[in-house]
Amino acid sequence: MSEERPSSIKSRVLVAGTALVILVAALPLWASLGGDASSVQADQLHMQGTRQMTTRQSYTVHEIRTATGMVVREYASSAGTVFAIAWHGPWPPDMRQLLGSYFEQYVQAAKAQSAARMGRRPLMIEQPGLVVQSGGHPRAFSGKAYVPDMLPTGVRAEDIQ
Amino acid sequence: MKELRTFLIFSVSVACTFSVGCGGGSSSKTNNVITTSGANVAPITVNAGPAAGDGFSAVNAAFVSVEVCVPGTSNCKTIDDVLVDTGSSGLRILSSAFSLPLPPQNAGDGNPVYECFPFVSGYTWGPVQTADVEIGGEKASSTTIEVIGTSITPPSGCLDFGLPPSNSVDTLLANGILGIGLSAQDCGPGCPTSIYYECPASGSCQGISESLTQQLQNPVTLFAADNNGVIIELPAVPTAGERSVSGSLVFGIGTQSNNGLDGAKVYTADESGSFTTTFSGTAYSQSFIDSGSNGFFFPSTITQCPGNSNEPGFYCPATTQNLSATNQGANGVKGTVNFSVADAATLFANPSDSAFSDLGGTFSGAFDWGLPFFYGQNVFVAIEGASTPGGPGPYWAY
Repeated sequence: MSEERPSSIKSRVLVAGTALVILVAALPLWASLGGDASSVQADQLHMQGTRQMTTRQSYTVHEIRTATGMVVREYASSAGTVFAIAWHGPWPPDMRQLLGSYFEQYVQAAKAQSAARMGRRPLMIEQPGLVVQSGGHPRAFSGKAYVPDMLPTGVRAEDIQ
Repeated sequence: MKELRTFLIFSVSVACTFSVGCGGGSSSKTNNVITTSGANVAPITVNAGPAAGDGFSAVNAAFVSVEVCVPGTSNCKTIDDVLVDTGSSGLRILSSAFSLPLPPQNAGDGNPVYECFPFVSGYTWGPVQTADVEIGGEKASSTTIEVIGTSITPPSGCLDFGLPPSNSVDTLLANGILGIGLSAQDCGPGCPTSIYYECPASGSCQGISESLTQQLQNPVTLFAADNNGVIIELPAVPTAGERSVSGSLVFGIGTQSNNGLDGAKVYTADESGSFTTTFSGTAYSQSFIDSGSNGFFFPSTITQCPGNSNEPGFYCPATTQNLSATNQGANGVKGTVNFSVADAATLFANPSDSAFSDLGGTFSGAFDWGLPFFYGQNVFVAIEGASTPGGPGPYWAY
C-alpha cells in the first residue's frame, strides 16, 4: 500500500480540512465484501474503469467508474478490510464478484424474500451478518451491502452510499 | 345557510383527513377523468392476479389483456393479467400462459437469442421471439417479445446478478409484464453482455451486444398512431384498501380527443429515467414513478414491519403517517406530493383486498413512487425522443 502514501494523505487532509481525493486512471482494483485489501488487486480484472480514492477518518472509499456507467464504492477499514459496498448504474452489478463469500447468503435471503410473495419492490435483506439493500428500475439500479459487525466505530449505515 | 356552510367545512376537513391528495394547490388531484371509450383505450384491473388461486396474491398490481399473434396471421392468443409496468420497456409473457409457434430471433450465426432481464425483485429468462402484439385497438406488428420460462439453464452472467427467478406465475404474480416506460428499447445503447445471449443447440449460452433495433422495443413506439406515450388512469382508493379497482390504459398524449394533457404538469426525466424527490430535507436524484412497484418505497425512520413478519421491508407505523415530498423534473418544474403510509400488517390482514393507497416500504437510494401514486390521478408517461404537446419525452406528467 506504499503507493497510497499515508503520511502524505494525512498532511493534506489536514490542509484540506476534510478529505483528499487521488485520481488513479485505469487501475483495476475491486474488493469483495469482507475481503482483504491486499488480496483485492487480483479481483475484478475484467472491470476496466477509473478509480478514485477518498480517505476519511476511519476508512477509505475506493470508487470505480466503468465505461458502462456503473459506479461502485468500496469502503475499506484502516486495517484494509472491505466492510461495505455501494453501487449505482444502469444494471445490477455482478453481485457474485462484489459480495464474494457473502454471495450465497445473499442469494438464499433474496430467494426467501421472493418466496414471501410480497410482490415487486426493492430487495431489503437484514440479517445479523449481512445487510443488502437494492432497488431502482431497468436503466437505474442502486444499492448497498455491508457487514454490520465490521463497521468501524462511528460509521453509520447512512454513510454508505 | 350557516348550517350548510358548517356542513361543507366539515365535509372538506373530513375529506382531507382521509384523502391522499389534500393539502395544497400544487398537489390537488383534479385530473382524474377516466376514459373508457376509444380505440386507444385498454381496460386496467387491479386485483389479486393469476397466482391468487395458488395462494400467491398480488398487491397493487395493475393488469391488462394483450393479444399476441404469429406475425402476419390470425393465429392469436389473448393473455390476461399482464402487469402494466411504466418502470421498464418491452413485452414479456410467460411461456406457460400461451402456446403459439412464434419465430425465434436469431443471432448473426443462426443461434437463437435469449434474454435475462433483471428487475429489482427478480429476473426473467427466456427466448426472444417475434410476434404481432395488440393492446386495446392498437397494434405493434412484427416486434420482439421475451417468452419467459425455458428449460435452458440461465448462464452465469445472469445468475451472478444474484436475483431470484421470476419465471413462473407463482413468482412473477402475473402472466407477463407490459413494459411501457420512458425508454424506447428495453436495454438501450451500450447494452451489456449480461442481458442478451445466444444459446447454441449444444454448449453454453454466450453474452452478446444486442443492437438497439434488435432489442425488445417499447411496443407503444411501434403503433401506427398514439405512439408517443401512455396515460395510466386509476380512481382513488379508500385508505382501508379495496378488493379490486378498474381504470384505463390510454395510448398517446395529445393525439386524440381523449388523451390531452389537460393542464397536467410536466416533470422531465434525465437519461437514466430519474428525477429528484426531496423528502425530509434530503434530495434523492434517482427517484422515479413506477406502476410496477407495489408501494411507496423511500428512506425513512418510520417503523418497519418486523423482519420475521409476513411483511418484511414494508412500513408498519403505529398510526398512519401523513407525509409530504417535493418532486422536481430535470426541467426544474416542482410540485408537492402529499401521501400517507399506513400499517402494512393491518392492510394485509384483510386478504381479499389487493389495492392499497397507503402502502409503503423502505428503500435507501431513492424515492420509488409505485402504484399507489397512480390512484386518484392520471399519470402521463412520455417516451424518450417522442414529440408531445407537453414537449419531447422522456417525462412524467400529472
